[in-house]
Amino acid sequence: MLPFDPLPLAESSNLLAARNQMAWTLGFHIVFSCLGVALPATILVANYLGLKKNDEAAMELARRWSKAMAVTFAVGAVSGTLLSFEFGLLWPEFMDRFGAAFGVAFAIEGIFFFLEAIFLAVYIYGWKRLKPWAHFWAGVPMVITGIGGAFAVVAANSWMNQPQGFTLDAAGKVVDVEPLKVLLNPATGYEVPHMLLAAYMVTGFLVASIYAVGMLKGRRDRLHRLGLLIPLTIACIATPIQLFVGDTAAREVADHQPAKFAAMECIQETGTHQDEYVGGICTDDGVDYGIAIPDLDSFLVGWSFDTKVTGLNDIPDDEEPPAHTLLHLSFDTMVGIGSALMALGLWFAFVWWKRRDIPQTPWFLRAVAVSGVGAIVALWCGWIVTEVGRQPWIVQGYMKTSEAVTKADGIWFTFALVMSIYAALTAITIGVLRAMSKRWREGGDEAEDEGPYAPRTEAGS
Amino acid sequence: MSLADAAAVILWAGVTFYALFGGADFGGGFWDLVAGGAERGERPRATIQRSLTPVWEANHVWLIFCLVVLWTAFPSAFYAVMTTLYVPITIAAFGIILRGSGFAFRKSIEGLSGRRAAGAVFAIASLLTPFFMGAVVGAIAAENVPADGNGDAFSSWLQPLPLLVGVLFVVGGAYLAAIFLVGDSRRAGEADMERYFERRALGAAVVAGALAVAGLFLLDSEAGYVHDRLLDQGLPLVILSLACGAAAIIVLVRGGRRPLRPLAGAAFVAVIWGWAVAQFPYLLPTSLRIDQAAAPDATLTVVLIVFGIAAVLVLPSLFLLYTLAQKDILESEH
Repeated sequence: MLPFDPLPLAESSNLLAARNQMAWTLGFHIVFSCLGVALPATILVANYLGLKKNDEAAMELARRWSKAMAVTFAVGAVSGTLLSFEFGLLWPEFMDRFGAAFGVAFAIEGIFFFLEAIFLAVYIYGWKRLKPWAHFWAGVPMVITGIGGAFAVVAANSWMNQPQGFTLDAAGKVVDVEPLKVLLNPATGYEVPHMLLAAYMVTGFLVASIYAVGMLKGRRDRLHRLGLLIPLTIACIATPIQLFVGDTAAREVADHQPAKFAAMECIQETGTHQDEYVGGICTDDGVDYGIAIPDLDSFLVGWSFDTKVTGLNDIPDDEEPPAHTLLHLSFDTMVGIGSALMALGLWFAFVWWKRRDIPQTPWFLRAVAVSGVGAIVALWCGWIVTEVGRQPWIVQGYMKTSEAVTKADGIWFTFALVMSIYAALTAITIGVLRAMSKRWREGGDEAEDEGPYAPRTEAGS
Repeated sequence: MSLADAAAVILWAGVTFYALFGGADFGGGFWDLVAGGAERGERPRATIQRSLTPVWEANHVWLIFCLVVLWTAFPSAFYAVMTTLYVPITIAAFGIILRGSGFAFRKSIEGLSGRRAAGAVFAIASLLTPFFMGAVVGAIAAENVPADGNGDAFSSWLQPLPLLVGVLFVVGGAYLAAIFLVGDSRRAGEADMERYFERRALGAAVVAGALAVAGLFLLDSEAGYVHDRLLDQGLPLVILSLACGAAAIIVLVRGGRRPLRPLAGAAFVAVIWGWAVAQFPYLLPTSLRIDQAAAPDATLTVVLIVFGIAAVLVLPSLFLLYTLAQKDILESEH
């Protein structure tokens, strides 16, 4: 007998390829969409300080960040467009059956994204000719539409996790829809704020980390100081709220998606007095190599050690999420990084309260320098928990991902292609942003004032 | 008019905006591609870049609008198209990524060779994307998309008519772009660039006209339903398009400017709505009608409300963006 059954493998090959393609393209896009959501507010804070206090360094930061945003927003917009196509290209059966419900949120997102793209263009390209305050106010819609867009997109994902507001016919197709119930499904309440705060944390820590690196290299001017302070303050305000929201979200998941919760906490047997495991590898007999904290899991779920928590033994085998260890470690990594960022924020706040200054040790700058990458890793881990933890369902309780996937050939090929394109895009985006910052440091950016590839650029650089 | 028909009109409005403005952006990429070497092509490329930079992302959102309306209001049509025409759609989707990022990178990348590479990616993708989008549209018109989807992945669009529509999309975008760029060059006071794009607009108009005539013959043999209705119910719009197109050419040749953009735009829009009339009541001729593909009424209502909000918020904002861009208040260099 073969160690595996070849036929299901062939069938599931498309599923694996499609899930991988979706995961990687989403993982790429989500970093840029965080910047699209939260960078406008960060820029406007600098812009406001610059105008109000006549602070040239703050103005210069706002100008530079808006130039960087021109690049990151473009990459975010096109990588988001690919995701729209992928709904149909990878998951056609899902869209056929549920597009009428799932699409409601996206129709609303469309409006927000449209307005954001428009005002972003006015803001980014209006520096020179618009009056300073008119220019500032032209940027404000970006903040609102960024938040609105994130609400709508995450509401769509929340709906996949806790679907409601529709009626199915015998064929399983949506025949009636209650749009408000779709939008305001039970998961919207915690998924949306969790993601919004994540966007502000990723953006804040990421931008701050760039200036921390600069300060470690000895650039201690006012520009670098403000460049660190503004985004770091925003991120550090978001972090404690995030821990609270995340904690609430975990309890909601325990209530509404017990399979996901059991997998991410490696709970094998239903019961009270569940131990909380930090780290470790999930096996059918429990957690190996993890640190067990007796009864804590039960306590966190219901504020009592007697809280009963569902284990994987009570989840039907065909409804059990895959990759328990991945889910468990992703969850722990997210919580761990979140707590570390919280500690960083407390350190910063304490020293600021005492001395009105950032902590003077290079260790603080080193910590800020890695906080950006840390926040992104936490973001990815959170989405792994949400999305892999929802498997095998694409619409929790209604449709399996394996039923949704395309029958088209060549998904492994498009997956390979998309991976190479995105690897190149990542490298070029980072390279372009670094080159921009180098040009700014060396004073002036004549290069951008010329035509696309004017020969004299070469001579001038 | 039923809710489903109204949603179809909204879809078509989105298609129209995307064809007009997104199409012109792709056309800008086309002229960038054929502008010659770094030295010779420098000035036209600079003109194209100036025109495109502040508006292309907003224009691009119409595509997302169309996709969202299609899958929300007509999920089964979305399914049928995606499971049949996934090859050209995948290529177009990749083209969109490369076009947008190539354009964004070109401005900021270091060194001539890097800029040239980013520019080439932008320009080539600007050619491929509308071509394959056109092939998708042509395949739908040619009745090659079955209602329950999963049509042949290649023979559905590797046919004379879809390929011709693909070329027509490229040329149509190039024509519109050249018309827009004539005005932009004049505003910048660059008389030689004005003539440069004038010649190209004329050339594109002639090629587009020839392709359209060839297309009519192919329509007859490959897309009977659309052909017959286009020359019957759609005839006034076809005549309007021809008249506006011809008038635009006359204005171009005589060096007039004022009504050039409206005339060229009207020629374009009339064709798009002529096609809509020719397809009616089908979304996918002749396999899937609008009412068969439509989502439940509550969903359609949401789509209508959203479009109403868009009309109140997005259209004036877009108008503001275009006005600021046309008054040179927005600039890519700062």
